[in-house]
Amino acid sequence: MAETAALENSKQIRNARQSPASILRAAFESGSVTGAVELSEVQFLTMVGVRVDPDTEAGMRISSVTGGLPPRSGDVRGTGDTAVLWMGPEEFLVVAPTEAHESLGGNLIQALRSALGDGEGQVVDLSANRTTFELKGPRARAALEKGCSLDLHPRVLKTGTALSTEIGNIPAILWKTGDESYRIFPRASFAYFLGRWLLDAMREYASPEVP
Amino acid sequence: MLLIPCPNCGPRDETEFHYGGQAHVAYPANPAELTDREWAEYLFYRDNTKGAFAERWVHSTGCRQWFNMLRDTVSYDIQAVYPMGTPRPATAIPAAAESGTASTGADSTTTGNTAPSISATSTASSTPAPEGATK
Repeated sequence: MAETAALENSKQIRNARQSPASILRAAFESGSVTGAVELSEVQFLTMVGVRVDPDTEAGMRISSVTGGLPPRSGDVRGTGDTAVLWMGPEEFLVVAPTEAHESLGGNLIQALRSALGDGEGQVVDLSANRTTFELKGPRARAALEKGCSLDLHPRVLKTGTALSTEIGNIPAILWKTGDESYRIFPRASFAYFLGRWLLDAMREYASPEVP
Repeated sequence: MLLIPCPNCGPRDETEFHYGGQAHVAYPANPAELTDREWAEYLFYRDNTKGAFAERWVHSTGCRQWFNMLRDTVSYDIQAVYPMGTPRPATAIPAAAESGTASTGADSTTTGNTAPSISATSTASSTPAPEGATK
């Protein structure tokens, strides 16, 4: 009983909190160009920073919880709606839906913690570290190319690749989730800047193309 | 801008990296026994090489890993990228001889042969080289 009460309480607290780019919600809606490029914020995804050597026993245990650990830069592993992004040779970012967070009754973080056990490494709740932007549409790549020096052409950047790089001069993680859709993870303090920057980059696609 | 071949992430812009200064500056074995001058040389004195220079870099917005890089300070040619803790690879092109036809071995990563460095490990090469300008 007490547990469910605590869960209800934390759900109420969650309803009261604001995501880093919530102030831009209206601007995202008015700045999105249907059929060209659309921007939105995905709020409060559960993110867990994992540091472990994948070749150790602890690494294998964590790998069995997450559904694999990505071996190389750009790789993404995972099962269902839980994804593991490669951040470094021994550093990974687990991205899961909001409900996976322990304050909402999820058990992802505890499962990772107990998988790590007393092995060498770290499991840290980083849900508040970054927010998630979703950029979609046939011109999404063109908008991103204004401020990202990676080769975003589909023959180089395949769907299902996640790279940590710079977008608009700030560090962010770029995850290509579909042929024309990207997820961008800026740090919370950069969310407003990057939101405005992307809106500016998208603006020209609202006007008819100049022949 | 340099295009630096990160050993983990591939070629990326220089702005994603941070510079770590001269590589192969070993911590003194017995720091307490050093004179003030030797200690100051360890802390502050670095080579000012014209030509191939071994230096440390960290891919701070990428994989956050350190690595060593052999870069020509004149042509900015990146001659080799090799892991921390390994000796400096032999310079692909003699630093003095190359003039116009540089960049043959542009990003030939890790020239495997671990020829020991000659002056590279000049950790405490005690001569402060006052006539350094002629180098």
